[in-house]
Amino acid sequence: MGEVKVIGSTRSLFCTRIEWALKLKGVEYEYIEEDIRNKSPTLLKHNPIHKKVPVLLHDGESIAESLVILEYIDEVWTQNPLLPQDPYQRTISRFWAKFSDEKVLLGSFDACKAQGEEKQKAIDTAQESLAFIEKEIEGKKYFGGESIGYLDLAIGWIPLWIAVMEEVGEMKLLEAEKFPFLHKWSQIFMDLPPVKECLPAREALLEYFHASINYLRSLEANKQ
Amino acid sequence: MGEEVKLFRTWSSPYALRIVWALKLKGVQYETIYEEVSHKSRALIEYNPIHKKVPVLVHNGKPIAESLVILEYADEIWKQSPLLPQDPHRRAMARFWAKFGDEKVLPSIWEAFTKQGKEQEEALSIAMENLKFLEEELKGKKLFGGEEIGLVDIALGWLANLVSVFEEIIGLQLMPEEKFPHLFAWMQVFADIPVIKESWPPRDKMVAKFQALREVHLSKEAQKD
Repeated sequence: MGEVKVIGSTRSLFCTRIEWALKLKGVEYEYIEEDIRNKSPTLLKHNPIHKKVPVLLHDGESIAESLVILEYIDEVWTQNPLLPQDPYQRTISRFWAKFSDEKVLLGSFDACKAQGEEKQKAIDTAQESLAFIEKEIEGKKYFGGESIGYLDLAIGWIPLWIAVMEEVGEMKLLEAEKFPFLHKWSQIFMDLPPVKECLPAREALLEYFHASINYLRSLEANKQ
Repeated sequence: MGEEVKLFRTWSSPYALRIVWALKLKGVQYETIYEEVSHKSRALIEYNPIHKKVPVLVHNGKPIAESLVILEYADEIWKQSPLLPQDPHRRAMARFWAKFGDEKVLPSIWEAFTKQGKEQEEALSIAMENLKFLEEELKGKKLFGGEEIGLVDIALGWLANLVSVFEEIIGLQLMPEEKFPHLFAWMQVFADIPVIKESWPPRDKMVAKFQALREVHLSKEAQKD
């Protein structure tokens, strides 16, 4: 059905979700690893606006923005559908994916980065957002219901990336007593072979986050 | 048809206005509930406990929040005057541009509007870089959606109203016609569409409101130093 390439970085959770989608649908693709600190002309050509990964190349056309790419993949390869059939359920999935990227992810990262007096407040804010997600998974095997779906892929960064942010940020965020349903879902999700296959090594992620956090903290220190 | 459609909005929210446009373009009958930001109704908080914001669309009792999410829902339920194209790649591009509008264009223009001095100059420069991408995208097209109004036109439609309001308040050009001839032409075409024209909030009220908002932002910045 045409040549598929993913321009990505194995450290980027936005890229991992694309690989999960392609694997779940049995779509063959070529992975082009990008050094995001030294961006290639190919990346800049295919995503001139954001200059970011992931970019999906399909039959010569390029698509950027991971959630947009997920919807594209679901529309082009209709086997193992990711989004629900019902329009209202689809809408709910989109709403929570947006919330996860805008509040949960940023909140978790902020909590990781925060130091001193601001740390606890940042942790509280992140946990408030996580509480909404906890409610969403309560009573369900996957966010998609009985089978894995778009929202599982959008939220799938949580098990590994939050664990990494907890270690780098020296904090507890996704505590099992506070988030039992998310914990249960994490175990089921992370056990799936296509999920495991695409995850980066924890050590590499830890190194990446340590470097990023130190850099950002030093930028902030220089501002004062 | 026994269908119940309610829209929670404020008189000025550009996000809520998107939904007004979409519903009117599709000829959907709906009830409007006006909210006050300072005194949100119990209904709004019940329907949107996560963000407690407008717009919220309630369709047969089911609430949907986040304007771009609502637009996709509306397009799936009411298929007349489609906002998204059929082709998957074109749909992806439409979603991409709508997201770019909200995540880059809008915040950069807001920065340019709420700052002054050197910070404003820098913000203006970033805003114009973002606008350049939109200008390129419009080449050879009447509207972002092509011949007909689409998702991207609706998502960016706030430009056709707020840019001139902001320019009036700050006395600076955010989108000079010589630099952005296609965007300028698009704004005229867009604003002339009957459904759009009849829905703009009153301009003098908009100027007063945003003038006040700018002052609040400037004084907050002053207090920081």
